[in-house]
Amino acid sequence: MTRHAEVLIIGAGPAGLAAATAAANAGARVTLLDDNVGPGGQIWRGGTPCAASPQNSARETALREFRGSKASLLTGRRVADAPEPHVLRAFVEETGIVESFTWDRLILATGARERFLPFPGWTLPGVFGAGGLQALVKGGYSVEGKRVVVAGTGPLLLAVAVHLQQYGAKVITVAEQASLRALLPFAVKLSSHPGKLVQGARYRAALRGVPYRTGCWPVSAEGIDRLTAVRLSDGKKSWTEACDLLACGFHLVPNTELASLLGCKLVDDFVAVGPTQQTSIESIYCVGEPTGIAGVDAALIQGRIAGLAATNKTEEAKTLFKKRDREQAFGKRLDRAFALRAELRSLAQPDTIVCRCEDVRYSQLHSQQSWTDAKLQTRCGMGPCQGRVCGPAVQTLFGWRNSSIRPPLFPIPLSALVPATTPASNEITQLQETV
Amino acid sequence: MRKAPAPLRQITVWLNGNSIAVMEGAMASSAFLAAGIPCRISVDGEPRTALCGMGICFDCRATVDGVAHRRTCQTPCREGMRIETQR
Repeated sequence: MTRHAEVLIIGAGPAGLAAATAAANAGARVTLLDDNVGPGGQIWRGGTPCAASPQNSARETALREFRGSKASLLTGRRVADAPEPHVLRAFVEETGIVESFTWDRLILATGARERFLPFPGWTLPGVFGAGGLQALVKGGYSVEGKRVVVAGTGPLLLAVAVHLQQYGAKVITVAEQASLRALLPFAVKLSSHPGKLVQGARYRAALRGVPYRTGCWPVSAEGIDRLTAVRLSDGKKSWTEACDLLACGFHLVPNTELASLLGCKLVDDFVAVGPTQQTSIESIYCVGEPTGIAGVDAALIQGRIAGLAATNKTEEAKTLFKKRDREQAFGKRLDRAFALRAELRSLAQPDTIVCRCEDVRYSQLHSQQSWTDAKLQTRCGMGPCQGRVCGPAVQTLFGWRNSSIRPPLFPIPLSALVPATTPASNEITQLQETV
Repeated sequence: MRKAPAPLRQITVWLNGNSIAVMEGAMASSAFLAAGIPCRISVDGEPRTALCGMGICFDCRATVDGVAHRRTCQTPCREGMRIETQR
């Protein structure tokens, strides 16, 4: 099955929704694809009916405007490869089939994921990403009465702590690895973004009585077959906090795999774009976090700019440049404030698992020379996540960069790739094993 | 504290052969987490549950209605669904 879109957009988070709305309102035939079960991306992930999210007016507005446009949304689509120019194929997990999409203009709004760093015990049940636990709660997991430590780095930690508390968790402490000295200039500059300042103040007020420790990080997660405590350090001393759950993430890393596969140029791990969000490939645009971690406000404006530019409304797009640049400057300040401290690179012990898919341990990796070496010698990064978790971790630990992106971008069953008359197989294809 | 809006329909799923009640629409990952049962057993035999919650890490993969490698954080529960720890 092949469908055609004048403008095809990958990712239905804020950036993708804004792009789709702008392009469709300009008269283009727009299709928006997303891997999740509903629109909103990660920041606007809707809760299941049993864990309904608080109303978020920016989200409601964006969704209402999107629904008012003629853009069509297809969820549950995981883009796997680009077999030829201007064609993408997506795997539909629900039906087990692969669909093809042809496009004239393509807008990538693939978002970001959390950065995870290995420390002893981080593979124990009870240890989650920070945004990860928030997403799982929205998916119906009850944290009522659970004692939770929130740790890592980034503005997400406070938002997660507040969210978990709203769902009945007892947040014991929020441990932010960045020092107060690194955070102060960022906090002072927030006065030029009053909306963000107010939101930050609201979060702090909601967490009254919960310590927000700066310059504090997790050194180990303790427990036999599930988490029972977290050991935290402030560099001078370390101590143990008994808890049921640890929500731990180290800011965000961009999802640039699809852009790389398509041949778009990357600079310093982000997709390089011009003033209209155009990538190094003329017909492809990129918006939101893959172009720089700058948050939802930047994503919305970038999405709108790309939606307009992709439909030849460049003049209208130009009126948004100044606002966009201001939001991107906020992103740069985020990067500086929440830069990772050196101590985080020495948390992993020789037997600490670094690659969770293949259970590759730190001791197997530290003698390798490169990502390719590590893959060949240890299978690090060769499991189903294809290095999405361990890749940024080994980049932080050893400075290795993932130098090759190959299709399929996600494992897909062989049965989806062979004609329907052939007996079905649900084996994960070995094609994922790339070097 | 936020209370779930009532009334919500409870449905039954089969987790490693045992029936458990879950809220309709909840992700299969939440059934494993609520029961304290791992989604999968790792290469070295460790129990694992969901990490990223957004379909990226594949640590929540399990067997759903006989199909292996389903990401349970992206799979809503349905009445009578069979979910099993992947070994």
